[in-house]
This record gives sequence, structure tokens and C-alpha cells, in this order.
Amino acid sequence: MSEAGNAQRAATIAVLVENEAGVLARVIGLFSGRGYNIDSLTVAPVDDTGRISRITVVTSGTEMVIEQIKAQLDRLVPVHKVSDLTMEGPHLTRELALIKVVGAGDSRVEALRLADAFRARVVDATTESFVFEMTGAADKIDAFCALMRPLGLAEVSRTGAVAIARGPRGLN
Amino acid sequence: MSAATKPASTDAAQMMSGAEVVLRALKDQGVEVIFGYPGGAVLPIYDALFQQNAIRHILVRHEQAAVHAAEGYARSTGKVGVVLVTSGPGATNAVTGLVDALMDSIPVVCLTGQVPTHLIGNDAFQEADTTGITRPATKHNYLVKKPGDLARVMHEAFYVAKSGRPGPVVIDLPKDILINKAPYTDAPDTPHRSYRPRTEPDGEQIRKAVRLLKAAKRPIVYAGGGVINSGPEASRLLREFVRMTGFPCTNTLMGLGAYPAGDPLFLGMLGMHGTYEANLAMHGCDVMLNIGARFDDRVTGRLNAFSPGSKKIHADIDPSSINKNVPVDVPIVGDAGRVLAALIEAWKAEEAPQDKHVLTSWWRQIDEWRAKDCLRYRQEGRIIKPQHAVKRLFEITQELKRETFITTEVGQHQMWAAQYFGFHQPNRWMTSGGLGTMGYGLPAAMGVQIAHPDALVIDIAGEASILMNIQEMGTLAQYRLPVKVFILNNEYMGMVRQWQELLHGGRYSESYSAALPDFVKLAESFHAVGMRAEHADDLDRVIREMIAIDKPVIADICVAKDENCFPMIPSGAAHNEMILGPDQEGGVAGVTDEGKVLV
Repeated sequence: MSEAGNAQRAATIAVLVENEAGVLARVIGLFSGRGYNIDSLTVAPVDDTGRISRITVVTSGTEMVIEQIKAQLDRLVPVHKVSDLTMEGPHLTRELALIKVVGAGDSRVEALRLADAFRARVVDATTESFVFEMTGAADKIDAFCALMRPLGLAEVSRTGAVAIARGPRGLN
Repeated sequence: MSAATKPASTDAAQMMSGAEVVLRALKDQGVEVIFGYPGGAVLPIYDALFQQNAIRHILVRHEQAAVHAAEGYARSTGKVGVVLVTSGPGATNAVTGLVDALMDSIPVVCLTGQVPTHLIGNDAFQEADTTGITRPATKHNYLVKKPGDLARVMHEAFYVAKSGRPGPVVIDLPKDILINKAPYTDAPDTPHRSYRPRTEPDGEQIRKAVRLLKAAKRPIVYAGGGVINSGPEASRLLREFVRMTGFPCTNTLMGLGAYPAGDPLFLGMLGMHGTYEANLAMHGCDVMLNIGARFDDRVTGRLNAFSPGSKKIHADIDPSSINKNVPVDVPIVGDAGRVLAALIEAWKAEEAPQDKHVLTSWWRQIDEWRAKDCLRYRQEGRIIKPQHAVKRLFEITQELKRETFITTEVGQHQMWAAQYFGFHQPNRWMTSGGLGTMGYGLPAAMGVQIAHPDALVIDIAGEASILMNIQEMGTLAQYRLPVKVFILNNEYMGMVRQWQELLHGGRYSESYSAALPDFVKLAESFHAVGMRAEHADDLDRVIREMIAIDKPVIADICVAKDENCFPMIPSGAAHNEMILGPDQEGGVAGVTDEGKVLV
């Protein structure tokens, strides 16, 4: 009703789902079918029996749209729990990236020096390339990739965000 | 896990063929009738069907009709409708019916055949990615890949189809799963692992709602299909609540019958072709109680002008329906019947008195709107007005006191049926609301007639819609189903023609029903009775004869060709900008360019 209702916000949503065939297609289909944004999406089994998977989806929209996204996710049959980490208090978000930089000479040395400053680990090296592994918030990875671009950035592989609430509070 | 606590599992289970597991599960779920069409992938089920008597199979002529028939069966009984089709084209033909059931929240379980598991993905003959295709067309779907999962999935599908907001569920059954031995287990008595929809409303929200309602000066109750889906008790509670409060009540297209037509507190249907009084009361109310309706665009008109001054209470079993289109002040998640029971109790417990005086002046205002008599039409001369045809059909069925069920196709005739046929009970009115599926009414009527063999079942149709599933006349003949097809024949896709007249300069592009069949001869060729009313003086006689004949009948009612369906809220307009009929003031000025974009 209010005009403020049109403001966009980002949301990091954690979804616990039954680990069954087609469940990821259901979630992705919901987003594409209803025209919601997906900024990133990750999924993997998280319990000891492998029956439960956790999907972390980063999306954006008006408050009304984000409420819709949560309600639509929650009514999917294999969904156990939907949690809007952004709204439910402080949380940690991390992303892992593998970054390949190809080059020689000064730029190669500079890449390694910057990687050290960013706490990126060298996980593969040849005389003409490095693969750096980096974990952090998305903007830190963005910043590192931007620095690597003039130094021979060749390829980037990123996981998308995973997130968890701070403190003792759990999702189950 | 010790042996003592181990739940009943495969070692305790009976082994039988997968097809037998399917039929046993249907029987244990209380299924008596299924609607289907055979094919290669489901031959094992048809073979098992042949060797039993518990479940009756109705052979349709097209898989889409099987789903609509199951919908008609479900909507008129409150039970789950069941469909059986083969792989590939069998499944893809069923998709329209599935989406129809999804949009209108109808519980349906659809069994589809599939190529054997080892061929899935190989583009085998009659293979389609049925779970992929039907994922957005169903509430949920399953592909059974292990014999050990079959019985559980069968039982779970029924639970999912009928729990919470009902909907269609597909079970895709590879042929090897149907042939190989599989264990049968009973439906589990433990709750579902993840799907447990809330049905009981929150007490505090109910008290908030009652405080708003007690203080309301211009209240309205807007009730929809959720009341019907909740079961007949919810409709009884709706009557009790409305009569207790003295509030005006309007129903959506899906909710017709939830509140008795003709009751002084009933304002008729609301929305695009709703009554003047219902729409203006929605526009002018100060407290709106929505029970089991979803603020559909046919109901709200232009959203930013929808009921601008009101506090809104919205009770819905589906939390995703709340705050989807219209932000509300008091959301209540729960089953319509439980919500109504809680509201009645809380209303009685709330001590604040109701201001009857202010309610009386609200009714005075509503009566002024009512005095417009917005559904007035003039039956003059020999040409039959379509409104008159429906009105006479209603009056004659009332007079005969037969238990009557009405289905419709989609278009002008559907709206006239909603406007001029009065429903006094729930589950008597079957129409495709959300999807607007032409071709729905005849197969739906078939399903209703199967469930109610002695009732009068009438498909109010248009001459264009009826041709979309006309092949089902064959099913009517085979099972001696005395369905009456009452065609309002104006030789146009009338609603398309109406929009072309009002919005597209009268350019009737492709909306003329050329080369129509002779419906009387068509009926006869399908072993039914055909009759025609060409003039107003024929109408009553044809209606009475049609009803009297204990056989399927097509009654071809030749109606005025250029009649428009009024009142109408043009798309993009607000409730208070509705157009009344040509006899009344108001023009088509309400249509804006933005409105033209909308459907």
C-alpha cells in the first residue's frame, strides 16, 4: 500500500529440501516461471544420510516479491524449511572461486603478490600460469578478479554464495 | 534400529505386479472410477483392470477430456478425480487439463505411462519427458524408478492432491515398473516428511479480524472457491456468519453456490462481469473479508484503484496467495471452514457491540446500486436473447425441482450462466475459472454425471467451445450418460467478438464461427437426441423436452448474434468505472491503452 513498497532489496534465502530427483528443477522452474531474479544458487546435501539438501539462493526484488518467493518456495512439496537469512539477523556469506591467471614476467610476479594480499591460495602453477583459490564475500572476489584482469586473467569458476546465520541459532 | 521398532517394510509387504500395486492403492484410497485412454506403456494396468471389478474405467475419446471429466467428478463430489493415460502423446494431451486443475485448485491424480526405465532419455517411441513437461502444470509430480517406491508414491500422491490447497499430481510409471513385482504397503499413518500445510488459523489474527469487522461501517464478505474446496460445512458456516453479522456477501466465479443466490444478503458475483452492486460495494467498503479467494485480476480490475479505502482481511489456505496481488492488513492462513468457524466463535465472544444503525445506511446505499438492475435485458420479438435462454433454463429446472449440476465452456455463455443461473448449494457449478479452457464443459459434465447418475447435468456451451471436445459425445453414448448440452449459438466466438467490438474498432478478425456443423444431425450421429430452438416461442418447449429425455441431448439454441455481456469492467479499469448495458448510461470510455495490453 505504501509507496516505499517499490524499493528493491537483495535477499539470501536458505532452503532445506528433500534430496529427491527434480527438486532443483522445481526451484529453478519456480524462479523462471514466475519471473523472479536468481543472482546465485548453490545446492548440496547437508545431512549425514544424504536425504536433505540445502539450497542457498541469492535474489532481489521488492519486499512483496521477496515475500512471494519465500511463500512459493515453502509450498513446494519437497521443501522442509525456508529461511530469509537477510531478514533474520546477522549471517555469514561466503563464496569460493578458482581463478586462472596466465602471464609471465612482472605481471606474473604482481599477480602472486596481490594474491598473497587477498589471501588467495595457489592451488596450481606452471611457468606461465597460476590457479588461485579464494574464499570470501562476493565483492572481495569481484575486486580480486578486477585486479587480475590486466595481469592475464584467463578463466574464473565461482560457486555462488553459501550462507549461514551467526550465533547458536540453527535452521532445523 | 532394532527389529521391534522397525516399521512395516518390504519383508512384511505383499508382492504383486506393479500394475496390481497401482490398482490396489487406488482401491485403498477409495477410488471407484477412473477416466482414461489406453496405449502401449499402460497396457499392464489395462490388463490388471480387466481382471478386477472394484474400479470402473470410463473410456474417454481424448486425454484432455479425461482430466476435465476427473475435475468434474472431483468438484461435484469433493473426492479426488483419477486419470489414466499412456506415455508421450497421452501425457502431453493431458497437460491442458492438468493446468486447468492447477489454476482452479482441483484434486486430481493423473497416472501416465512411461517407456521402460532403461529407455528413458533415448527418444524411444512415445517417450516424452512427462515429469519435465508437467512440473509447472501440477502441484507435484513423481517418476517411479524403483518398485519399492511405487506403493508409497501412490498413497503420497493422494495426500498431496487433497491436502492444503488441492491440485493435480502426476505419477509417471515406466512400463517395467508396472510389469515387475513390487511390494504393496498400506498408506503410512505417519505425517509427510516435508509437506504439512497449515489448516488451523492463528487465534490472534482471528481476534484482530473480528475487531475490524465489529467496527466496520461498510463491510463486505468476498468468498471464493476455497469455501467450496473446504467442503459443504464451510458453505454452511459462511451462511451462518453472513446471517449473524448482516453483512453483504459476494461470490467469485469459483465460489458460486457457497452463498445461496437469491438471498437478500447476496450481491451476486463480482468482478469483470459481476453485478454493479457487488463491484461498487467492493470499491466503497471500509472492511473487506476475503475468504478463500485470491484477488484474481478478473476480480480486482485495475489494482491501484482496487477498493482504495478499505482494510482487508484475507483468509487463504495457501500462504503464497496472501499479499500476492493486493497487500492486506490482516492475513490469516487456514482452511476456509476452520477460519469461518473461528470467526463465528470469536464474533460471539467479542463484547464490543455491532453498530446496526450504520450497517443499515450501508445497505441503503447498496440497495440504490441494486436498483440499477444491472442484469436487466429486454426479450422482445422472436430472436432469443442468450440471457433469456439461461434464465428460462434456470427457472424451469427450479420448477422441476430436479437436482441440477451446471458445467460450462468458456466465453460469453459462461458469464451469462454465472449471471442468470442461481446456485443455492456448493458443488453444483463446474466452470473453468483460472485457465479459461474452452472445451471444459462437456467432459466435466461427463464426470459429474458419472458421480451423480440420477441428477440433471447440463453443459451450458457456446457453439465454438463445444467443438473443442465434441468427440466426447461418443463417451456419453457409450456409457448412456444423459448429459444435456445447451448451446447458446450466436455463430461467433462471442467474447472475442465482444472485445473486438469494444476495443478493436469492430474488426471481427477470425471470430466468426464459419462452416458450423448441423448440431441436430451431429447429435444424432453420436446416438444422442438433437433439437433446436430458432425463435423465442420455441425456447420453453425445447428446454422441457431436453430435460425430459433420458438420453444425451444437444439443444442448439439460436440466440442473438451481436449480444454483449454486461455489466463489464473493461480491462485496466476500476470497479467504479464499469460499463452497464446499452440500455443504461455509460460508454466504453474506460478503456485505456494500458488496459488494451491486458487480457
